[in-house]
Amino acid sequence: MTAMVIEESPTTNDDVITNYTINFGPQHPAAHGVLRMVMELDGEIIERIDPHVGLLHRGTEKLIEHKTYLQALPYFDRLDYCSPLAQEYSYVLAIEKLMNVEVPVRAQYLRVLFAELTRICNHMLNIGAHVMDVGAMTPNLWVFELREDCMNFFERASGARMHSAYFRPGGVHQDVPEKLLVDIGNWLDNRLPELFGDAMSLVLDNRIFKQRNVDIAVVSKDDAVAWGFSGPMIRAAGIPWDLRKSQPYDVYDRMEFDIPVGTNSDCYDRFVVRVKEVYESAKIMKQCLAQMPSGPICSDDRKVSPPKRAEMKQSMEALIHHFKLYTEGFHVPAGEVYVATESPKGEFGVYLVSDGSNKPYRCKIRPTAFSHLQAMDFMARGHMLPDATAILGAIDVVFGECDR
Amino acid sequence: MAVLHSAPKFTLIDGLKDTLSGALGDMLVEAKEEHGELLLTVQRESLEDALRLLRDEHSYQQLMEIAGADYPSRPERFEVVYMLLSLTKNSRIMVKVTASETTPVPTATTLWPNAGWLEREVFDMYGVVFAGNMDLRRILTDYGFEGHPFRKDFPLTGYVELRYSEEEKRVVYEPVELAQDFRQFDFLSPWEGADYVLPGDEKAEGDAGSPGAPPVDEPKTTEKPGQTGAGEKADEKAAERESAGAPAEEDSGVADEGAPAPTEDRPDEPARKGKSADTAKATEPKKGGDQ
Repeated sequence: MTAMVIEESPTTNDDVITNYTINFGPQHPAAHGVLRMVMELDGEIIERIDPHVGLLHRGTEKLIEHKTYLQALPYFDRLDYCSPLAQEYSYVLAIEKLMNVEVPVRAQYLRVLFAELTRICNHMLNIGAHVMDVGAMTPNLWVFELREDCMNFFERASGARMHSAYFRPGGVHQDVPEKLLVDIGNWLDNRLPELFGDAMSLVLDNRIFKQRNVDIAVVSKDDAVAWGFSGPMIRAAGIPWDLRKSQPYDVYDRMEFDIPVGTNSDCYDRFVVRVKEVYESAKIMKQCLAQMPSGPICSDDRKVSPPKRAEMKQSMEALIHHFKLYTEGFHVPAGEVYVATESPKGEFGVYLVSDGSNKPYRCKIRPTAFSHLQAMDFMARGHMLPDATAILGAIDVVFGECDR
Repeated sequence: MAVLHSAPKFTLIDGLKDTLSGALGDMLVEAKEEHGELLLTVQRESLEDALRLLRDEHSYQQLMEIAGADYPSRPERFEVVYMLLSLTKNSRIMVKVTASETTPVPTATTLWPNAGWLEREVFDMYGVVFAGNMDLRRILTDYGFEGHPFRKDFPLTGYVELRYSEEEKRVVYEPVELAQDFRQFDFLSPWEGADYVLPGDEKAEGDAGSPGAPPVDEPKTTEKPGQTGAGEKADEKAAERESAGAPAEEDSGVADEGAPAPTEDRPDEPARKGKSADTAKATEPKKGGDQ
């Protein structure tokens, strides 16, 4: 029956088949969230993709305008829920830049340490999901073990597995137990390289994995720059651009690490860049653990960070500061800044406009995925339909962040 | 001012402001440097030329972001801010134009392909129109959405809400109905910054009969106890009480009755043994183990 239809199909008569349009998503396991793509196909070749985003739009930026600076912080955890602390980072740095607050050195080390742990945690999810998108099951389960370890570390530091709200303007929320740092050190020395190395040994030289990724969605250097790529996407194109190196914040300028870059700028390179970045992050974390001094973990400016609980029991001044900080919040001097940090997915920026009150006047969030996903159309053009999932996986898109 | 914060340090080029101001010439409206950021406001009509100049002549290769902002009190209420990044000079600048609902902003899609979605977002959220953008559809809001939600006069709760209707077997849109009033907490200190009437103070304003707030310029003096400083009415009341005399000073001449006698059927309590400190650990098991 089917064969007969093919026999009578217009191709045999040299007629042109009209392209047809399919709907990819909004609920699709390979879409990494709620993405709807209207695809125009010629047979199995993608002619055009129109990604429809915004299905997870929650108006975060408007909600932030109605909260005090501190109350707005947890929204950033909920943007890219795979790398929560990396988003908080941009926000707290933006506030600190406007207020010109000094952050104690231990807090800076703690922030770098946990930002890198977030990077590992994020890449574990992306690497696993990417591998699974192109058909392999096992590595995903293995790297999820590591992700679980990361989650446990976050929980021990902040009390929450995902939505930590750990970075605060002026430092971090609380100090970490000594045992946690020891455990992270052991994990970095033993478990991470073993398990991650095992998982990657299954993938990196795998013939099927290479067939699905090598030479897929090649982007030239010029295109990568023009399309506003950042993070692993621009590094895979061979441009050694990393905000941690070029525009260092906190103690990144004291860290020694390398920037892995790709050579072919295809999906395989993007994958390998992320794999290498995991090792570089581990390197940074070890340096943090070795160099971290003891001392205060948040600014001693009581107009920015709250006093210790014990101090509040004794000091009237401390009690008033605590009350004012958690009701009125602190006032940020009027002005506007754009602060961007290297989140695991690329440049995550916060454009913060303050009118001098206790609430942000405008807080524009620059998601990493927005520019990358926009290039989906030109990256996927001419590729086969199954390549679309590999391209998506290599973009590393999370819709909580893309749609805000 | 000394830089204390540890935010990302990009290269601050000496005289960058003057260089770029000179290069932009007539296109520039204002250039200011604050918080370590360079902000260039340019003429709306010449935005495309200004951005092209910055990209080609001054190597700001990447357009990272376009942000909209709404300032309803201004004649041209919207600001569109372009964040440019130079990979070679390691420098960031912001380029601004102002716009109103009816004045279109020239598109940047001719310069950067990724400007398309960024402009769509500003259009969606603020209703700023970009002339020359071929695909100016809504992007983040729902299909068929009306209004521009990030404008300051758009309520946080929105106008419509949706639910799945069991009767119609589809998602239906209805006007927003809040189960309780929308609560807007504002903790601004009434002594600084708050420009509204405090709850309870409404009557004090504009009421001819009430004295309003006491004059703060004149030093307050109290000559008699009857002067309360809270106005005539309160003074009268205080004077009344004063003349009536304090009741506690009067002695009625009757002796206190004392505590009532215990009732008959109150059981006799056994006398307490030892001091109270001895019973502190009474609940702990005995070490001898005779139980």
